[in-house]
Amino acid sequence: MNATQERRQRWRQGLEARQRSPRSLWRFAAPQQFYPLAGWLAPWFAALAAVLAVVGLYLAFFVAPTDAQQGEVYRVIFIHVPAAWMSMFLYLVMAFWGIVGWVLNTRLSFMMAHALAPTGAIWCFIALWTGALWGKPTWGTYWVWDARLTSQLLLMFLYLGYLALTRAIEDPRRADRAGALLAIVGSINVPIIYFSVKWWNTLHQGASVSLTRAPSMATIMLVTMLVMAFAAWFYSIAVALWRVRTLILERERHTDWVAAEIDRLAAKEKE
Amino acid sequence: MQWESWSAFWDMGGRGFFVWGSYGVSFALIALELYFLYRTRKAVIRRLLRWRAARFEDSGEDA
Repeated sequence: MNATQERRQRWRQGLEARQRSPRSLWRFAAPQQFYPLAGWLAPWFAALAAVLAVVGLYLAFFVAPTDAQQGEVYRVIFIHVPAAWMSMFLYLVMAFWGIVGWVLNTRLSFMMAHALAPTGAIWCFIALWTGALWGKPTWGTYWVWDARLTSQLLLMFLYLGYLALTRAIEDPRRADRAGALLAIVGSINVPIIYFSVKWWNTLHQGASVSLTRAPSMATIMLVTMLVMAFAAWFYSIAVALWRVRTLILERERHTDWVAAEIDRLAAKEKE
Repeated sequence: MQWESWSAFWDMGGRGFFVWGSYGVSFALIALELYFLYRTRKAVIRRLLRWRAARFEDSGEDA
């Protein structure tokens, strides 16, 4: 064993010790500990998302005024912008878990990346779809090959590629690592999407919200968009937690605790 | 209330197709995702129950 391998092994043992420690937050890196935590957290995030969505939709359709230039069709942005943000953000989170998985060799990190992918793909599709429906009456076309739209379409293919790749490889450990690599490399596309409207002359308008300058829209429109964005965010967390729970059961099926959990669920169903 | 009537609301200034097409498809996809999440969970639990039963039969133990 060379020095690097030794160091790695010591690291791994240290991590496992931290995971076993009952008071350390690291214990949630162990699937057995994370499973009940996710089950407890998910309904809270889902409820929060539902409340925010109701408030957001009310603001979007009954409070936000008609746009002076675009008329009513601008209301599409209240779903379009949050969906586009989430599609980019979730891909970065996937890449983050991919890096954590590669470095620390933690099973749960890869499972988190898997759990996020379908939701990210759905947000990406929603961003493209709503953008097209907004573009037709506003630009006169459903689609143009400008830098923003094209790079967002590439993100869609990166999501689909991740899903196809991880499902095509039989050995879960290899599928995890291959998928993580695709997520990490593909994440280069996210800043390209984000800055495309600055770097290139695009038909797509510039950022509506920026940290460095005042937003280019009325306050009520901005608030509505942010409420919808938080709804989308909490929804994504809830769905990813639910999905990872099922994934944990499948992956950890050889363990005693999953056997006990399956028995419990089966008994509950019979009631 | 900024809409004169419900029909004005649904009409969205003549852009009803684009606005409702956007929100309709978005929420339909979200509903589908939740449905498939629920269905997959049920299917996995059933599959794991069968898988364990098969393993117990192989090893001759009682389930």
